[in-house]
Order: sequence, then structure tokens, then C-alpha cells
Amino acid sequence: MNEIHQEDAHRTIERVARESYGRLVAYLSVHTHDLASAEDALSNALVSALNHWPREGVPKNPEAWLLTAARHSLIDVIRHQQVVLESEPTIKFLTENSTETTLSTSTQFPDERLKLLFVCAHPAIDPAMHTPLMLQTVLGLDAARIAQAFLIAPKTMGQRLFRAKTKIRGGGIPFEIPQAPDLPERLDAVLEAIYAAFGLGWDDMAGADQCGRDLAEEAMWLARVLLKLMPGEAEVQGLLALMLYCEARRPARRDAKGRYIPLSEQNPEKWLGSLIDEAERHLAKAFQHGHVGRFQLEAAIQSVHAERAHTGRTDWSAIVLFYEQLLKVSSALGTRAGYAAAVAEANGPEAGLAVLESIHAEAVAHYQPYWAVQAHLLRRLGKTREASAAYDRAIGLAEDPAVREFLIQKRG
Amino acid sequence: MQFALMIYHTPEEFEMRKNDYSHPHLGAWRGYYKALVEAKVYVSANALELPETGTTVRVKDGKRRVQDGPYADTKEQLAGFIVLELPSVDAALEWAARCPGASIGAVEVRPLAPEAMRRGFTGE
Repeated sequence: MNEIHQEDAHRTIERVARESYGRLVAYLSVHTHDLASAEDALSNALVSALNHWPREGVPKNPEAWLLTAARHSLIDVIRHQQVVLESEPTIKFLTENSTETTLSTSTQFPDERLKLLFVCAHPAIDPAMHTPLMLQTVLGLDAARIAQAFLIAPKTMGQRLFRAKTKIRGGGIPFEIPQAPDLPERLDAVLEAIYAAFGLGWDDMAGADQCGRDLAEEAMWLARVLLKLMPGEAEVQGLLALMLYCEARRPARRDAKGRYIPLSEQNPEKWLGSLIDEAERHLAKAFQHGHVGRFQLEAAIQSVHAERAHTGRTDWSAIVLFYEQLLKVSSALGTRAGYAAAVAEANGPEAGLAVLESIHAEAVAHYQPYWAVQAHLLRRLGKTREASAAYDRAIGLAEDPAVREFLIQKRG
Repeated sequence: MQFALMIYHTPEEFEMRKNDYSHPHLGAWRGYYKALVEAKVYVSANALELPETGTTVRVKDGKRRVQDGPYADTKEQLAGFIVLELPSVDAALEWAARCPGASIGAVEVRPLAPEAMRRGFTGE
């Protein structure tokens, strides 16, 4: 076939794979609970598409084509497993309506991704694996890419993902949307997992390391999927708003030479206005629900920062108030260090240091932002020697070379 | 559990050793050392002289073979190592990422094998 045809087919495969991966995996695994087999079947289907589509043309409904091919592959796998009796209902489900003619005319099959998200963040699964599981099963990221982001050896990440999927298949983890009494806690785990993929830019604290995971796009995509599936949940909208605010500042975080610029020194003209506008809309809608939670409060703090683009100043007392609300629902180290930085701006460095001193010393031995804030405040009080010691700790714990350089300059 | 962080330098980074005490590059290493000690994970460390000061010895078929320079002819060469006491390899990788050497050359993390050493050295 001609090259245009081939290119067209490859592009379609790429697009369908990206957009439909999670939908297909969720649909294929919702009855079998076997994520690994569903993923294998889908990758077989994608290989088959790469063989057929360039020659025969892209089918009218590519997603349905993939689903049919994946189903056939999955039936083969299950038959090979020789557990025919137990698998009967599964095979029945897989073969029902599985002729291509039926599927290529009906574009709809149920979107089971919400169930899949709840499975990935189930309390029986190691919380450290919630995000990697989501990235793999919903987005189709490979273990090596996930391993990079989470600073884990690729082989180890592969083994951990395999173990988690074995546990899911082993049973006890239902593929369902939790009932009302459990829902808030279960949803929180899903939100936490998406947020963990994003990794926050701690740039509201001068010189704190950013710990970004290079998965911001993926995290925002997951949040958008979740919002589409749960449009009435305020915290889902709050999380998306929070990520959009932070993402909007990405172009302002480095100068032309790649040097780190803390939030307070960023030029608001470099912030992405379209993302801030979108964040504002989501946050306003979230607040209308009247259930204010952690992510809405964090987004609200970022919203105050974003206002500097219009007013030219930062309303630190408003930020302090939002942090005080936030501390009632989350006592994470990052929240407390951020609160200290905000208090210092609103009420002076002594007040900020007092907040820092209330944090247990053991907890911050590995926590870079604490030392960056402490160094900054001690410097403002003219305590040069103590400030230098704190700068050293912040420098030693920094991972991002640009942040490290920035702190070394500040230390002097 | 103890881990070795083996630090590999590019020729440029070996050059930086000539910088004076106040240079930012050395400031990064000083900060890193302080952070390791304060976090109570530091066990020991050593730096190695430049690769060209190395000499590699082999005995093959009863004959001595001596070669100028380091064992492997690669751009990045072992420059030193740090031994840390940590609960897991995950924690060791976190510290490796913070190592100033990781953003110029490379840092290899490997668990120490005290069992292999005991058996090899004493036969017990």
C-alpha cells in the first residue's frame, strides 16, 4: 500500500491507543479481574492493528476493532489457562456480541475506567503502588517510564507492578464504585494517587526543591478523566484546578539560561493565562458544591498567588487563612512548611520560624523545603551563621541542580 | 543495610577538583555531606586520585601484565564512593539523586555484601 495510507494507519493506532487504552483495559478486566491478561491482549491487538490497518485501511470504528481483536486474544489466553469450568461465564461474556459487524456499528461500550481507578487505589494495595498502577493500566505507560519518575530500578518497578496485579486477580478487590459511606475515603485515595503523579512544584517557598515527576501531563489527563466520570465531586474539580495553577507557572520557573526562579521573583506575564482561567472556572464550580476539602484549599492558595498577575501583589494574609483551614484536614510536612513560609510573609520572619520550630526535628532530616524556608527566614533576621547552616542542609538535600545552584548563590 | 554510592566523574568534573574552597561546586558537596551526617545515614567515604594515576595489574599464564591507567577505558571514571546505612534501596536511590555527582556524571548504587566478604576472607 502507499505510504500515506501507512502513515495514516500508524497515526490512528497511536491516537486510539492513547485515548482508548484505559477504556479497553478496564472493559476487558472488569469481569476477569485480570489486568495483566487484559493488557497483554490489548498489546496483541495493537500489534495486529499495525499489521492489518496499513494494508486494509483503518476500520470505521478503530476502538471496536481493537476490542474485538483483544477479546479473541484474551479468549485464547483463558482457554490456555485450562480453568474452563471457572472461566465459562467469562468466555460467555467475551464472546457475546463479539462479531466485528456488531461492534463496528455500535460505537458504545461501557466506560469502566472509574472502577479501574478505584481498584488501583484500593486500600489492600500498597499505597506506593497506587500511582504506578494507574499510570500503567489507565494510560498504558510502560514500567521503565514509570520507574524513571519514581526513582526506582526499572526491573524492581516491573516486579512490584506484577505483584500488585497478582493481588488484584487473586480476588478480594472488587471492581466496583464504592458505596456512599466509604466513598469519600476511597475517592481521596484515588485523588492522592493522581496528585502523586503530578508532584508539586514547591515554588511558593523560596528555594525549595521541586520534586516534579515529569508526569504533569499524565496526571492532568487522569484528573480530567475522573472529572468526566464524577462531574459532581468538588474535590476532583479542586485537584484539577490545583494542577492547572501549578502547570501555568511552568514557563516562569526558569530563566533563559535555565536558572531557577522562585515564585516570588517570577514574572507573571510568563504564566500561562489560559490555564489559570481554566483553573479559576474549575475552582469556582467546586466551591459551589459547598464541600470544601484539601485540594480545593490548596487550589485556593494557588489562586491567590495567581492574582498577582492582575494586582501586582500577593495577599499573604489570605494565603495564611487558607493554610489554617488546610491544616485542619492535612498535617503533611509540605502543608506545615508552606504555612510557615506564608506566616513569615504576613507576620514577619520570627512568626514563621516559630511555626517551623513546632515541626518535629526527626521528620525533617530528609525534607528539603523545611531547610530552604528556615534558611530564608534566618537570613531575613540577619542571623548569618545559622542561615548558612540551614542553607547547607537545603543544598545537600536538593535534587534539582538548578535549585541547588540558586541556594548556593543565596548562601554566598 | 549498607549501600555503596559509587561516584563516576567526567573528565570535566575531575578538573573541578582544582577549584578553591569557596567555589559553588564544592559548596554542593559540602552541603551534601552535612545533610548525610545530620540525617544519620553516613558511614564512610573516600575519594580516589585521578584515573591516569591508576595502574592495572593482571597475572596471565603466570606472567605479569601491567597497564597504565584504570581498568576500563571509559569516559566516566570511578572518582570515589560513599557508604550509607539505610533501610532500603529506595532510600539509597533518593540519596543518590541528591548527590551532586549525579547531575554531572553518574552514581551507581549497590548493596554491600558483608556475607560474601566474610565467607571469602575467613571461610566461615
